[in-house]
Amino acid sequence: MVSLVIDIFLLALLVLIAVMVVRTGRLYAVIVMSGAYSLTSAAIFVNLDAVDVAFTEAAVGAGISTVLFLAAMAYIPADEKPSQNRNFLAGVICIGAGALLLVAVMDLPFLGDAMAPVHQHVAPRYLAESGSALHIPNVVTTVLASYRGFDTLGETIVVFTAGLGVLMLLAGTTRTKRVKTDNRKIAAKTAKPNSAKPKSGPKTARTKA
Amino acid sequence: MNQNPVFRVVAKILFAPIIMFGLYVQFHGDFGPGGGFQAGVIIAAAFILHALVFGLQAGRKIISARVNLWMMVLGVTIYGAVGIVSMAKGGLFLDYTALTGSVGSGQHIGILVVEFGVGLTVTSVMLALFHAFAGFVEDRAND
Repeated sequence: MVSLVIDIFLLALLVLIAVMVVRTGRLYAVIVMSGAYSLTSAAIFVNLDAVDVAFTEAAVGAGISTVLFLAAMAYIPADEKPSQNRNFLAGVICIGAGALLLVAVMDLPFLGDAMAPVHQHVAPRYLAESGSALHIPNVVTTVLASYRGFDTLGETIVVFTAGLGVLMLLAGTTRTKRVKTDNRKIAAKTAKPNSAKPKSGPKTARTKA
Repeated sequence: MNQNPVFRVVAKILFAPIIMFGLYVQFHGDFGPGGGFQAGVIIAAAFILHALVFGLQAGRKIISARVNLWMMVLGVTIYGAVGIVSMAKGGLFLDYTALTGSVGSGQHIGILVVEFGVGLTVTSVMLALFHAFAGFVEDRAND
């Protein structure tokens, strides 16, 4: 009963934060509120006894993502551009899709239903085996690292690839490199009117000057 | 660089305990909630806090960009190497039981090492992302 009240309170808080995110035009506020959204969902996961997921959500969603978003904010203006036109067709599609989702929710199994299909497949085997056969009490860890070791290897490679991608896009333009290319451009510009060959490098341009 | 003494003192006091907690989450994942992903993010958060308060250059003195890149590679390599070692010992790829021959110790060692690889990669990738974003901004501010 208490857990139900807490769940309803937290879900209402989520809806409130979501509405506030949509209503505000200030992007800093949006970032901070999405952090609050993550923290609230982490609390919901704790209430569902999914402590590992809550841990990840709090650390990644509320912590690191907020910092990265704030760092990325420096590239874009602080305020959202207010949209001028109101597209009624888009509104109809949104409401229709929302209604369809609500209908689909009716078909979902109840929260914590032990007879739900997802709890009938391999989960009982993992729960029964993890402690006795693998000697590791935390089932989440055995599923993540042992039963689904391939998946986790793939996940790690995805994280690695994402890091490499960002490094290639952003860290390639370091200060020293850009200063060098700027100098080269200036040298090429000054060299143009004097030299017959515009393609000559900065070295020849400097000697002529 | 933040000159406010409150930030500087708090960052100095919290730096080590955050890393300590991250290591606890990392190596206690078999028994309690946690594991490589969470621990990696927590440890990265400690370094990001340090860089936010003392500046990016001070952060790069602890872990340079080159070391950071190698840490990213090393984490994935450790994970893959566990799989190959277990194959060399006669098991399947990532079959930890084959590492030592017994289920108890094999699974423990396998999961511990694999999670360490995950933690290393996640820590260094998060740190690299932060430095890539924040460093680029600092570059622009200096122009």
